[in-house]
Order: sequence, then structure tokens, then C-alpha cells
Amino acid sequence: MIPANFNYHKVSSVNEAIALSQKLGEEAKYMSGGHSLLPMMKLRFATPEHIIDISKIEGLSYIKEEGDLLKIGAMTTQTEMEHNALLKEKYPILGDAIWLTADPSVRNVGTIGGNIAHGDAANDQPALMLAMRATVVAEGTDGTKSIPIDEFFHGFYMTALEPSDVLIEIQIPKAKKSSGGAYVKIERKVGDYATAGVAVHIELDDSGVCQQIGIGLTNVSAVPMRLERGEEILRGQKVTDDLIAQVGQVASEDCEPESDLRGSEAYKRSIVNTITKRMLNKALERARQ
Amino acid sequence: MGKHNITLTINGESVSAEVESRLLLVHFIRENLDLTGTHIGCDTSNCGACTIMLDGKSIKSCTYLAVRADGAEITTIEGVAEPGTNSHLQKAFHDQHGLHCGFCTPGMIIRSMDLLKTNPNPTEEEIRWGISGNLCRCTGYNNIVKSVQQAATEMAKEKEASV
Repeated sequence: MIPANFNYHKVSSVNEAIALSQKLGEEAKYMSGGHSLLPMMKLRFATPEHIIDISKIEGLSYIKEEGDLLKIGAMTTQTEMEHNALLKEKYPILGDAIWLTADPSVRNVGTIGGNIAHGDAANDQPALMLAMRATVVAEGTDGTKSIPIDEFFHGFYMTALEPSDVLIEIQIPKAKKSSGGAYVKIERKVGDYATAGVAVHIELDDSGVCQQIGIGLTNVSAVPMRLERGEEILRGQKVTDDLIAQVGQVASEDCEPESDLRGSEAYKRSIVNTITKRMLNKALERARQ
Repeated sequence: MGKHNITLTINGESVSAEVESRLLLVHFIRENLDLTGTHIGCDTSNCGACTIMLDGKSIKSCTYLAVRADGAEITTIEGVAEPGTNSHLQKAFHDQHGLHCGFCTPGMIIRSMDLLKTNPNPTEEEIRWGISGNLCRCTGYNNIVKSVQQAATEMAKEKEASV
């Protein structure tokens, strides 16, 4: 399968990308790793007239803690994240997800920025970003903007990014003592999109009371979804098996899956219940370590 | 539509060409360069038959624009060993019957090269996850896993001997 005709443009800086995108108008699309966009172009689901290749922009591939934040450059590949010592030690939830995302050769090219900017509720990173309360940093014609993750996903493949905005960095609150996160997705076969996925990030105080909690769901709604009702059940509470069971129930009620090749709606609701409970327990275990 | 001049290194040789924006790297390799060891299977980045080494990392060349490979260093199955010789992985696939029809083998070998570079002594499970993006419909994978294990052992021996 060959994509429809388009014009390819390579840029070497963010400013150059923004200026070119403005000049070419709305029929231009940025491409970083291209492993979400190019398959869609081959299937003619996407037919942009212009592709602006931002993958050669230098300086956007990094993972570092600075002040209160973990900062990940948008062009960091999933493989770079997978092998990063800091993430392995302090942010195992990212490793959970990357291990289950596509396969090693795809992860060699696919980037975290692309995974999020694509705005696909089937991608894994959006649920993690919701759970960890990330901020998306983008540059556009009117300068740099920071977009809280709750305001980022607008609809099916729609995000808060303007056509000429370039996603440059993901910011995540630095891991606190007694915090932990975990992610899992159920997949039909290795590397598939999620039948359903759940990301949990939890922060406990010294007495074991839940101070902050984030729960994000993958591929059970048109837009990456935060499980607000489940979070409210746990926030400010000592987490018990009873409460965990309640959150699992709420997750199965509030998610909005559709029956498709990956399973019926009822099956998806059932596994969301189960994996929500599992991830709460796993995140708790990590927080208590 | 747009044409672009690209220059890249493939199996040690410098190649220059004019390519269309939409030309996929796998088509460039197979049709323009006549290197048909790199296969097209699913054409949707699932099966791994088109796996090549680009700047030291395994990638799926059906999901990569040829124009993006400008300046890259590429190795295909034709370039993994000197002509007339076999790499440790090639020899191991032969010894262990790591192939039946052979369609997936070029991709399997290139992917395993990347795997053994980042993890020279993988467990069986790590090998199975490591080749999870490469599908084989003949072997049931067991002999492929054995092949990668043999190559890892041979490469470790060679490394030890050279120290």
C-alpha cells in the first residue's frame, strides 16, 4: 500500500516547522516517528497534502528531572524510554506501558510526543498521562503554551493543539516518596491495541491515606478517559479491598466501550473492572515499597 | 508531486537517488536497489518481514519513507556478512532449523542482531518478547529461539577470545 501523493518537507528547528506549517496551511501535518500517521496514510484514512518531518529537529530527545518535574522531550523514542535508568527506577508505570506497546522495532521509531499528539484513545500513553497528571508543552505561533492533560484531548483524533503547534515536552510531577503507578492492557495478541487498558498513579501519606490518585483508561471511550468517580472514592481515604472493589465496579460502569473485533461491550466492561482492581493493588504495592 | 535527492549508505555502499515523497523505504530497497532479501509481508508494520537495520536500530521499512532515510546507514540481510560467509545468526538459524519457508528469516535475523546488541545474553522470555514484532507461520518459534540462543553463545565466545 502506497500513500496518496503528498509533498515532503524536512525542517531542522521548531521555529522553522511552525513557519512552514503556517505557510502551507491546514493540509500540512507534522510527522515525528510516523508510526501512527503513516499507516493511516497508507490506508488512505489520512491524506495530508504536505508532511513536515520534525524528526530531524535536534534537542527534543531527553529524559530528566528538573525542580518538581520529570521532563521528557517529545521526540524521545519509546525504546529510549524503555532503557532509561531513571524511568526504570522511579517511574515503572512507563516501563509497564512501553513493554506492551507495539513491538521493539516500532518502538525504535515511535516517539512519546507522537503517541500523545495523535489523540488516539487506543494509544497507551494518554491513559498514563491522565493518571500522572501530566502537562503538555507546545510551541506555536503565539509562543510556548502549557496544556494540562485534562484539557488536551478534545475528541476522536482531536487535541488542543492548533495545526501549527509543535508538541515539544511532556512534564510529569516528580515521583514522591510513597507514590506508585502501574499500567496494564489486555490485548488479543502481543503488540495489539488495547482491548482495554488501565493506568493508575497513587500517592499515600505516612499513615497510608491516599492523598492523590489518578486513573486513566485506554481504548474504552472515544477520548482518553479519566475515571473521576473512581478517583473520588479513594482520595482522602485509607485504601481497603472494599474501596478497591467499588472503584472496579465504577470503572466498569463509567467506561464507554463499543463492541468490536476485540470483544463485546459487556466483556470489555468486565475486564475493565478486573484490571482496574489489579492495577490499584499493584500501584499500592509499589507506593508502599 | 515532490521529488527529493537522497544519499544513503546501504550495506557499506553509498547510494544516491531521486525519490518521490511517498516512496516507502522497502520499495526503494527492493525495486530501486534490487535488494530483494528484504520482504514485504503484511505491509502494515505488524509482521516484521521488512525489518532492516537503520542507524544501528531495527526498523520496519514498510512504515518508513525513503526520503526520511536520507543520510542514514542501512544494513539489509544482504549485508550482514561478507559474501560467501555467514554471520553467527545466519549459521545458527541454519544449524537449529530456525526456518522452514524462509520468508520471515531476513527480518528475524536483523531484529535479532539489534536484540543481541542491546542484550547480549537474553533469557528465553526476553528473546520471545524481543522478536514479538516478527511473525513466523512455519516454525512455531521454538527453533528460532534456539537459533538466537546459539548465536548469543557463539558471539560471547568470540568476544571472550578476542579480549
